[in-house]
Amino acid sequence: MAENSSTTDKATEPDSTPELESTILEPPGPENPHTATRSELSEFFRVLLHAGRPSFDVVRHLFNDDVTNDHVTASPVIFHLTWLMGFVMALVAFSVLPVGPAFQITDLNIGLLFVLGISSLGIYGIFLRGAGSLREAAGFISCATAIALALLGALLLSGSLSMKEIVQAQLDQGQWFIFYVPVSFVIYFFSSMVAADRAALDGPDAGSESVGAQMAKYGILRGAIQALPEYANVAVLAGIGTTVFLGGWLRPLASYHDRFPDTSVELLDVLPAIAAGALALYCFRLAPKQDTRKNRIALFSSAGSCVIAALLLAASLFWRDSVMQGLHGAFWFVAKVGANIYCFHWIRFRFLHSEFDRFMRLQWRILIPTACINLLMAAVAIVTSQNTGLPMRFTTIVSTAATLGVAFWLALHRTPKPSMQAADAE
Amino acid sequence: MTVLNSILFYFLAALAIGSALLMVTRRNIVHAAIFLLAALLATAGIFLQLQADFLFIVQIFLFAGGIMALFVFAIMLVRPGIPSQPPRFTRQRFVATILTLILAAQVFFAVVLGSGSLRLAARSVDIAPKNTEAVGDALFRQFIVPFEIASILLLLAMIGAVVISRRNRDAFD
Amino acid sequence: MLSIEHYLILSLALFMIGIAGVLMRRNVIVMLMSIELMLNAVNINLIAFSRLHGSVHGQVFAIFVMVAAAAEAVVGLAIILAFFRNGKTLDADEMDILKW
Repeated sequence: MAENSSTTDKATEPDSTPELESTILEPPGPENPHTATRSELSEFFRVLLHAGRPSFDVVRHLFNDDVTNDHVTASPVIFHLTWLMGFVMALVAFSVLPVGPAFQITDLNIGLLFVLGISSLGIYGIFLRGAGSLREAAGFISCATAIALALLGALLLSGSLSMKEIVQAQLDQGQWFIFYVPVSFVIYFFSSMVAADRAALDGPDAGSESVGAQMAKYGILRGAIQALPEYANVAVLAGIGTTVFLGGWLRPLASYHDRFPDTSVELLDVLPAIAAGALALYCFRLAPKQDTRKNRIALFSSAGSCVIAALLLAASLFWRDSVMQGLHGAFWFVAKVGANIYCFHWIRFRFLHSEFDRFMRLQWRILIPTACINLLMAAVAIVTSQNTGLPMRFTTIVSTAATLGVAFWLALHRTPKPSMQAADAE
Repeated sequence: MTVLNSILFYFLAALAIGSALLMVTRRNIVHAAIFLLAALLATAGIFLQLQADFLFIVQIFLFAGGIMALFVFAIMLVRPGIPSQPPRFTRQRFVATILTLILAAQVFFAVVLGSGSLRLAARSVDIAPKNTEAVGDALFRQFIVPFEIASILLLLAMIGAVVISRRNRDAFD
Repeated sequence: MLSIEHYLILSLALFMIGIAGVLMRRNVIVMLMSIELMLNAVNINLIAFSRLHGSVHGQVFAIFVMVAAAAEAVVGLAIILAFFRNGKTLDADEMDILKW
């Protein structure tokens, strides 16, 4: 009877759902004195409040198995904030990455050093979690050393620490720095993969199933929260890699300025619009073949947004220069960072399983010496090409070959691993 | 603009002095390390305010990201062995406080006596815009010998630390 | 509005807090941290004067101070750890093996 009265009431208020009202809000029994004076807005809030209660329960249950190892850190406050440290440092490092020619939060004179320094502050988020993560922090620091040395190789070519100047130097020299110092890029990429790979550095040599190690150790929600700085760091390292080595927001052949006849549109600038259009066509083709309605809707909407992006990118060719450069710069930057992150995770989940001592030996015995030698050879190449007038492409190829020779010699000429029994027996 | 400068200075100075005071009085050494980290970051801010941006980033790199990380590492290593409530201050704390205050008063008096004799330049034209280049230039031209000695010093420190903290020293003689 | 005295007094305050930490605390790690604080105070002083005179020598000196601080922290912590392994204590008052 109470339901009947509520449904007749609901005839005058078409927005609220009858079943929700009747089961939660209207207690069965004699007439509720509030029915006559309820307004739509108060209905809305009341429904919201009661609909929020199950989700609050979910959040409460997510914290049920939260384990705080405060017998290890002796400071629960710090333990609860470690994820925030890593995440905030990653966000701060993002503020100097140039997404377009005028699209940068701030351009510091010391941009590259700033990013490296902020990443070195991010290790606090790792090892304040307890003594078990000391090994992880040591791994991160050795990878950070290799990253810094590798980035120095590109710094030699640009002559300035400011990120904007580095991209501008790639534009002026007409070549992405990856083609001048490919060894640097490889060292940077590999070291950043290992540095961001919490599972490899932390797990007890368990292989790919240690993805869930954080959750098993610390509880579900805390494990998920502590994955946050890891992914933020992956994005930041990919961003730095694209800015320094892959030309940031530059188009692939950035100094190739041939234009369409009688217009001011450069030939290669239609590539973003074509790429977005191709993606839209692909999504349109794939969408009707999906099984579930949800997948179909998802693909249609992504196709629609690709069409909008393609139209924007094509239309911006005829707008003001700054708008076009901003949009296209953002497109290329996002595409490059996306490709970087894709290769990151692909190589990492396919090849890098947790072998901590192998990573450490690789870093300290091969990668860091190679990075130093590469620095030396790159400097020789630059000075030679400046003094003798040989093209940089030639001298850098020679220097890369020399560096690779030394690296292979280092890799092959390894002293045998000292075994634990021999050291104890001495 | 100068008002903002002053506000920034007072904020960073308060942060530095507050963190330093908290650091020397904490019982929990992890908390003390975090407060020292805060004081070092505030000092880095002061460097940046003095238009020394290379020193700002070197401070963050070396001190905050390197030395303090080393300290926290060491604290993590010795944490399980510490008894629960050790006494915090030494027996000579009162004498130490009085001596420190006297010394501070002496230097403060000297500073106040000489105030007004030195004026900060309005703009440091030769060090501000290209600070990194200027520092690098000075470091590799005028100060190349101290630079090389510093690198040898760091090498010695690394070797010394490894040798001192090795276990089973008799086994390797 | 800001003059050199502001930075000198800030540097003085940090230095004195560092001295108080070294003299008053028993834990050797906290003593070492107070020494680092003193070195930082000296750095503030050096860079303030470098700004005053418009030359870069003060900053170069500050870099060398930082290098010395790093080297000293490394060796100091190694000594502390070696001591800790032997005596299981971090209390400076209990490290009196060499006393009469």
